[in-house]
Amino acid sequence: MLAKNRVREDAQDMLDPLPLLNAVAAGVMLGGFYAAVALGIAIAFGLLDIPNLSHPAFVVAGAFTTWQLNSRLGLDPVAAGVVMVPLFFLLGLLIYRLYHVCFERRGEASLQGLAFFFGLLFITEVALVLAAGADYRSVTAPYIGTSLSFAGITLPERMLVPFVVSLAMIALLHQFLLRSFTGRAIQAVSQDQTALRLMGVGPTRIKSLAFGLATATAAIAGSLLIIVQPVEPSIGRDFIGRAFAAVVLGGMGSFYGMLLASIILGITESIISDMWNPSWAPAIAFGFLLPTLAFRSSGLLGRRL
Amino acid sequence: MSNAAFAALMAALVVVLWLAGRLVSNEYVFFAGYAVLQYILLATAWNLLGGYAGYVNFGSAAFFALGAYLSVALHKLVEAPLPVLILAGGLASGALGLVMGYLTLKLRGVFFSIATLALAIVFQAVITNWEFVGGASGAYVLRPAEGPWGGSYVEYLFYVMMVMAAAAVALARIIERSNIGYGLAAIRDDELAAETSGVPTLRLKVLATVLSGALMGMAGAPLPFYVAYLDPPSAFNLSYAVNTIAMPLVGGTRTWIGPVIGAVLLTAVQETAMVTISSASNLLLVGLLMVAFITLAPNGIVGLVADLRRRR
Repeated sequence: MLAKNRVREDAQDMLDPLPLLNAVAAGVMLGGFYAAVALGIAIAFGLLDIPNLSHPAFVVAGAFTTWQLNSRLGLDPVAAGVVMVPLFFLLGLLIYRLYHVCFERRGEASLQGLAFFFGLLFITEVALVLAAGADYRSVTAPYIGTSLSFAGITLPERMLVPFVVSLAMIALLHQFLLRSFTGRAIQAVSQDQTALRLMGVGPTRIKSLAFGLATATAAIAGSLLIIVQPVEPSIGRDFIGRAFAAVVLGGMGSFYGMLLASIILGITESIISDMWNPSWAPAIAFGFLLPTLAFRSSGLLGRRL
Repeated sequence: MSNAAFAALMAALVVVLWLAGRLVSNEYVFFAGYAVLQYILLATAWNLLGGYAGYVNFGSAAFFALGAYLSVALHKLVEAPLPVLILAGGLASGALGLVMGYLTLKLRGVFFSIATLALAIVFQAVITNWEFVGGASGAYVLRPAEGPWGGSYVEYLFYVMMVMAAAAVALARIIERSNIGYGLAAIRDDELAAETSGVPTLRLKVLATVLSGALMGMAGAPLPFYVAYLDPPSAFNLSYAVNTIAMPLVGGTRTWIGPVIGAVLLTAVQETAMVTISSASNLLLVGLLMVAFITLAPNGIVGLVADLRRRR
């Protein structure tokens, strides 16, 4: 009798659209947050063609600085991320200088450059372990732990705040790229460097500026990351596949494509985690990445590779 | 030196080391020696594709762990002998290389690299969910007490790894000096020019990926017996991937001797640092060494030595 009841309940669960709707809503939030992590790669890799594998590690570094500012000074996590933006921007300038002098100018950008960023990823991770230990860290804020709900759909504010901040950051950068002179120069550098030089703009200066911006987004993405979940130094690795999958699937150089791909990825992960098993979640990005590379290298909204 | 003479020299080296090994009674020598040889094999395997063709594989851990976990599964199923396990690991990882190569090598190298990085993560998820080989909690493998020719089993593992490492180094040298090697070098220097002058670029790249993957799978096959307990975090440890890349880059990627020098040097550095400092800072040291070499000495130690000779 009991077993029969349970079967009936299960059948009702299957028919009830609410859990699915909840999973989709959570997935959209999650995807919006993934887009914040992928944004730096969309700029560095999508526009500048610099395979910055270490970006997710910088995001984790951003999460740790947020943790420090939050636990020591009681600063709001998002504000802490914004405070760290200038520092990360300078770090980006520095890294681009090194990359340019060592690899780009020598014309050995591919193999050596990839290994360089892989090394940076590893160094950042180990340095964080040495500085802060391998434990999970988290932050406190009024919106962590509360949730909004309407029509049966529950949205934890812990996910809602990163979603909104991420969208705002992407929209802001997109407007900057479309409207300002520097922004247009950044877009131009990805298309035709010689033409840019003829217009009297140095491509190296523009690229280092853009790479600085890309790295600066890691400060804010990091603060969002530690709002979404507790953070330990090696967690960045799980985001490499996701972020690059979002950029490639969205189409190189397309911000909105990247956002769309992030949200599709978020929804898929959320549904599979809810209905099946969360430990598969990191593998899903690869399931998106490989077919995209093999069969549709232009992505959803981008140009052909 | 001709290929045959070099292969004979490697065989002689193996025999001499085997005879010397019979005199050693300290287990630790074989334990430490195995680790060095395993890294020589892994670094040489990585270099076939990474060094000769310039395609960076970040997924060494996936190929390596596939060999190791296939061993666990086959050992549980049929208790197959070690050479069979090694063969199976080589075939499986070679096949994985074939699939990865065909799907991603048509694009620029960056995309292949990103795909391999993601591959390692996917594989870890697969193994973590595969209960038959222990899943997340790991698998215990009972190491036989004795090798087939007497002596301890670790001693036997050491000889097996020694034969594989010597064979891989000989193979790398043969490839380097064959048309395949020249074709791969042409791809590394300018793929478009290579393609237009009739080098079958895709076929060569896929071949290198298959060989490289197969050797990594073979390197992983004896691992469960060596460690006796295998769980996903240790089999997919990032330090395998980093070391496998750092060793050829530090030693020099253009010749067969580079990965060997890098493997011996970096293992020695890490063993020393592990004892004198700590294990986390020892990994930091490898990362810093790797970045220092790619920025300051892109041709590794081999390149530095060549520069010194030229200047004299």
